Amino acid sequence: MSDVLTFVLPALLQLVLVLVLAPLICGIIGKTKARFQHRQGAGILQPYYDLAKLLRKEVVISSVASWVFRCTPYLVFASTCLIALLVPTVVVPLPLDRVGDIITVISLFALGRFFVALVGLDTGSAFGGLGASREMSIASIIEPAMMLAIFTAAVTAGSTNLSIIVAKLSSTPASMMNPAHLLAFSGLFIVTMAETGRIPVDNPDTHLELTMIHEAMILEYSGRYLAFVEWSSQMKLVIFLALLSNMFFPLGMAASMSPWALCVGGAAFFAKVIVLAAVVAVVESTNAKLRLFRVPELLMVAFILSLLALILYFIIGA
Amino acid sequence: MHDLTDWRLAALTFMVTGYALGALLPALIGIMGRALVKSVVTLDSTIKNLGFTIALASSLAGCVLSLSVLLSGEPLYVEIQPSLPFGAMALHADMLSAFFLGVISLIAAAVSFYSLGYATGFLRRRNMALLVFLYNAFLLSMTGVVLSAHAFLFLFFWEAMSLSTYFLINYEHEDPAARRAGYLYVVMTHLGTALLVVMFVLLFSRTGSFSFGAFRDPGSRLPAVVQSVIFLCATIGFGVKAGIIPLHIWLPEAHPAAPSNISALMSGVMLKMGIYGMVRVYFDFLGPDIPEWWGILILIVAVTSSVLGVLYALTEHDLKRLLAFHSIENIGIILMGIGGALLFASLGNRPLASLALLAGLYHVLNHATFKGLLFLGAGSVLHATHTRNIEELGGLIKKMPWTAFFFLIGAVAISALPPLNGFVSEWLTFQALLLGFHISDLTVRIAIPLTVALLALTGALAAACFVKAFGITFLGLPRSDHAEGAHESSFSMIAAMGSLAVLCVVFGVAPSLVVSVLDPLVSSLPGVHASGQVLLGGGMMLIPQSDASSISPLALGGLLVAATLFPVAAGYLFGGRVRKRVVMTWGCGLEKIGPRMQYTATGFSKPIRMIFSNIYRATHEIEISEETSPYFRPNITYELRTESVFLKYLYEPAYHVIIGSARMVRRIQTGHIQTYLAYIFLTLVLLLLFAR
Repeated sequence: MSDVLTFVLPALLQLVLVLVLAPLICGIIGKTKARFQHRQGAGILQPYYDLAKLLRKEVVISSVASWVFRCTPYLVFASTCLIALLVPTVVVPLPLDRVGDIITVISLFALGRFFVALVGLDTGSAFGGLGASREMSIASIIEPAMMLAIFTAAVTAGSTNLSIIVAKLSSTPASMMNPAHLLAFSGLFIVTMAETGRIPVDNPDTHLELTMIHEAMILEYSGRYLAFVEWSSQMKLVIFLALLSNMFFPLGMAASMSPWALCVGGAAFFAKVIVLAAVVAVVESTNAKLRLFRVPELLMVAFILSLLALILYFIIGA
Repeated sequence: MHDLTDWRLAALTFMVTGYALGALLPALIGIMGRALVKSVVTLDSTIKNLGFTIALASSLAGCVLSLSVLLSGEPLYVEIQPSLPFGAMALHADMLSAFFLGVISLIAAAVSFYSLGYATGFLRRRNMALLVFLYNAFLLSMTGVVLSAHAFLFLFFWEAMSLSTYFLINYEHEDPAARRAGYLYVVMTHLGTALLVVMFVLLFSRTGSFSFGAFRDPGSRLPAVVQSVIFLCATIGFGVKAGIIPLHIWLPEAHPAAPSNISALMSGVMLKMGIYGMVRVYFDFLGPDIPEWWGILILIVAVTSSVLGVLYALTEHDLKRLLAFHSIENIGIILMGIGGALLFASLGNRPLASLALLAGLYHVLNHATFKGLLFLGAGSVLHATHTRNIEELGGLIKKMPWTAFFFLIGAVAISALPPLNGFVSEWLTFQALLLGFHISDLTVRIAIPLTVALLALTGALAAACFVKAFGITFLGLPRSDHAEGAHESSFSMIAAMGSLAVLCVVFGVAPSLVVSVLDPLVSSLPGVHASGQVLLGGGMMLIPQSDASSISPLALGGLLVAATLFPVAAGYLFGGRVRKRVVMTWGCGLEKIGPRMQYTATGFSKPIRMIFSNIYRATHEIEISEETSPYFRPNITYELRTESVFLKYLYEPAYHVIIGSARMVRRIQTGHIQTYLAYIFLTLVLLLLFAR
């Protein structure tokens, strides 16, 4: 019984938190962007209604598509749920922290992306291939950029275990202002914008063939399949915001399972994610979408920032 | 203990005589049988079944022998009588040899079973006895390479391996590309062998013996300069075989030219003979005194090979050439482990060196399994469609479901995605390199972050390349009649691919199996002589050298499967069964989409070619024929070429120097017999003068 309380329950709570919070964060970003454009915008609960509707709707499948098309939504959703179990949000150490580290998290994202890109090619549509090609090209720069940014935090802590990194950083608040740390943070912020398909890299709101990346790959999805793919993308955004806040500024995180600590941790997490979501919305509203072949330059900036962070850490130490 | 030795000797004898018989018996039947049996097809299929079955049995005996040494930890040593001069003529199977023997035997077993089906394609068309003879001779020579404990024996088997593969590359010799590839291969490989001879002579000068046991003897060390010359000879000599950049130019030509079962062996196993040689010389013969620049050099070679290998692979649309370039990439990843081990060993951090070497050797095993699997898959596609050009393929997942499924497993594994085996060995490599962060040496502090960055880049690019390779080949609509008329391969081919796919999963989710064997192996090498200190338990792999970095691939796999059931169940509870409507893909308003409207492999890699345009130096030509009106163009030809920097700036100048000096020498070759007699007379006079 005590195993259930200390092991399974926290893991499930963490998963439910990310699952439930994800559409809300997207709703908030959408609302903020609408206000920037002097629109009323949809309510912040709109993504929940969309998901509920999509889950009930009929699925349209291309006659060209294979089993890869039908399995991918479940696989992507599953890998995102697994990541949600591994990334610290409210409390450290996580019950499953020994199962997978930060390299695992990045690789699990890559696993989901691999299959979504295959879906792009599966239906025989030119748009799908276009999206898959762009997504994999962009990923080939941002994935290493992300690794380097997070490795900067990892070598500071001397471990790639996410819970240990967060715990170490909480105990030495001074290292949060380390220049290497700040460089890595800015690198990871650009990575977040790119990975979650935000302006200036991709625009989640349009289906314009000149610019679309993520939407092009999943163009043929509908109904329940689309619901799971969309929900996974929303969770991905929350997980990235959690990484950005907790890997670099783990303020207010709960270190034990006491109800008071959990309440404080939960409130702190919520506040951090809302602030970061607002920042994402502001960046999206105040920047123009980059021309596709200018995007690699931006991503190279992220890569170089992260590499500099790592080398800087090496030369001057923490 | 005596029983164990006897028993293992029996396995060794069975394996060696098996391969020898497998080579000779079918060849004899082939020669004799022509006179006796009328039907060539019956004769050839008998030869095929006999030869590959013997190879299968011998490789299984090899697996048993390898496992018995690895699990018991007791090396096997057999002296051969009569002996040659300069040291005892002997075969040995220490942990290192046994590990590589295991890799050879495992892949050879799968490939032999595969060949039973695959080689039927050669009936009526080709000399089956020759194929079977060369195949078994190739396997025998590779096992000979890893088991030799004497330089002469080693070089003999090394040359036998090179020659048998030379003939196998030329098996379809009507193709001028195959002949050219074979010639390039034989030139390059002999360049390597020449340096290996130099290396062994230098080692001999130290010990006065050609036996490996004497080389290992720490009693008489050579001066550091000679040690470094030996190191360079080994790196270039074995590097040619391993296909490191810039010595790789033969590899993307030779691997596609050979029959696919041979390509699987060449790429999966033969390249590893180069790695075996490096590990043997660096960590066994040259032992504990390792200067720092060795590790740096190997790391430079490693990152160059891995990044350029995967970048060149991305532009390929020949499926087998693409896989061949990925072999270069993976050799690079293996060398990151070995280079890291050298670097850490030179700085005295032996546990870390041990961990890095362990990661490299783990990747040796993993690359053998998934690259073997992928080449067998490519062979299956080639068998069914008669084309290697993926621009002509597509939609094969419906025609060849099993091949597609197993190829996908191989693609996920090579892209280092969890929970398959490629992920585990790259994770270990990352861990070993990241731990180098604690070493306070400036060179290390710059080398390690760059290596880590480029390893991450390699992984991401590999995933992009395999989305292309799998997606364009197996998904979408068939792009040609070849793909339209494809059919699934025979049982033996599917079963062989399936067994390798199972190994990709097993080595992924149960790393403790492999690590518990590799750790004593690495500890036994004099150059490392420490445990990698990987804690294993409950399916978990934990690195105590760091602050408890750990993964549990088994739990990851289990959770992934469980988590896949979750959305299935949730969707069912919320919305009932999935209601499906099957319609054609949206054709942008056109009536229907055609195969020509799909993305091509060339189009897929375009953004990456643009990002890395400095490396590719691509030139393209577009030729448009305008006959009637500029709006209706009957013919558009697009040709894309990428420039090989190494051919242009390294090999061409070298070629010109060699040809130029040959021309200089030719001046004394007048062709008149009088001149030659004069030369002889002059030489004689000179000799008499000096010999006085």
